[in-house]
Amino acid sequence: MSPTLRLPYLATAAVSGALFGAGLYVSQMVDPLKVLRFLDFTAIPSGGWDPSLAFVILPAILVMFVAIRLSRRRAAPLFNGNFHNPEFTRIDAPLVVGAALFGIGWGMSGICPGPAISLVAFWPDDLLVFLVALFAGSCAGAFVIPSGENKRLAMAR
Amino acid sequence: MDAFSPVPALAGGLLIGLASAVLWLGNGRIAGISGIFGQLLPPARTVVWRLVFLVTMVLGALAASWLVPGLGVGGPGGAPAQLVSAPPAFGIPNLVWVGVAGLLTGLGTKIGNGCTSGHGVCGIARLSKRSFVAVGVFFAVAILTVTVTGIV
Repeated sequence: MSPTLRLPYLATAAVSGALFGAGLYVSQMVDPLKVLRFLDFTAIPSGGWDPSLAFVILPAILVMFVAIRLSRRRAAPLFNGNFHNPEFTRIDAPLVVGAALFGIGWGMSGICPGPAISLVAFWPDDLLVFLVALFAGSCAGAFVIPSGENKRLAMAR
Repeated sequence: MDAFSPVPALAGGLLIGLASAVLWLGNGRIAGISGIFGQLLPPARTVVWRLVFLVTMVLGALAASWLVPGLGVGGPGGAPAQLVSAPPAFGIPNLVWVGVAGLLTGLGTKIGNGCTSGHGVCGIARLSKRSFVAVGVFFAVAILTVTVTGIV
């Protein structure tokens, strides 16, 4: 059986998913307007800027930084044969163009993929439209960056 | 400062960091939501854990909204969740605005290989140069977009 189908592996994914969703609610990143109020730097002079989002991402990075350090002392994660480090290392046009397109989408909506999917819990109007479009966009992008690790490895070379 | 909420923000950030740490140390996987979501179609043999993660993420948000109600949006003590409306000056129907935003988010995170979680949390924590560039670009463009559209 594939190691990714064993119970400890799936239980780890479930614990991680549940913590992640809880974090998105507690931090209120599920509120598109709150995220946009962080991104609205024009409100800084008037004192109307909401810096909360910075207080979300910094501790998240710090905890993950420690986890990365810990993992470097280990040959493998607990429930799989190897750490799946991202295979791309080059700073190239798809990275920059992709990040820019995502920035436009995020600035228009105030929701990035995690909050967008977590919002299924609270089901706002029109969420389905966003999610279908998110999936369609992702599939369209797969023509530029083929999915499947082997194809991607070939491209990364 | 409008609705500044540092304590829930810090608590939520710690939970997100913990979630990413658990997935990395347990399964050796990056908790990047666009990547987990974007590889749900074949030939992914890994579709099962991806679905488990996404479903429990929704359930985690729901459970937290019952356990810690009234933090803002969502759950029994919260305001109803709402997507933003298109700025009136653009004269674009809301559905089109939301659809275009979703499409750009899906396309951009796929070809840029990550979003706020994969590049923003995990990539920065890994000190990946690619992620520093991606995060700089998407934050700058998102801030510019909000400035140009005046959506807030």
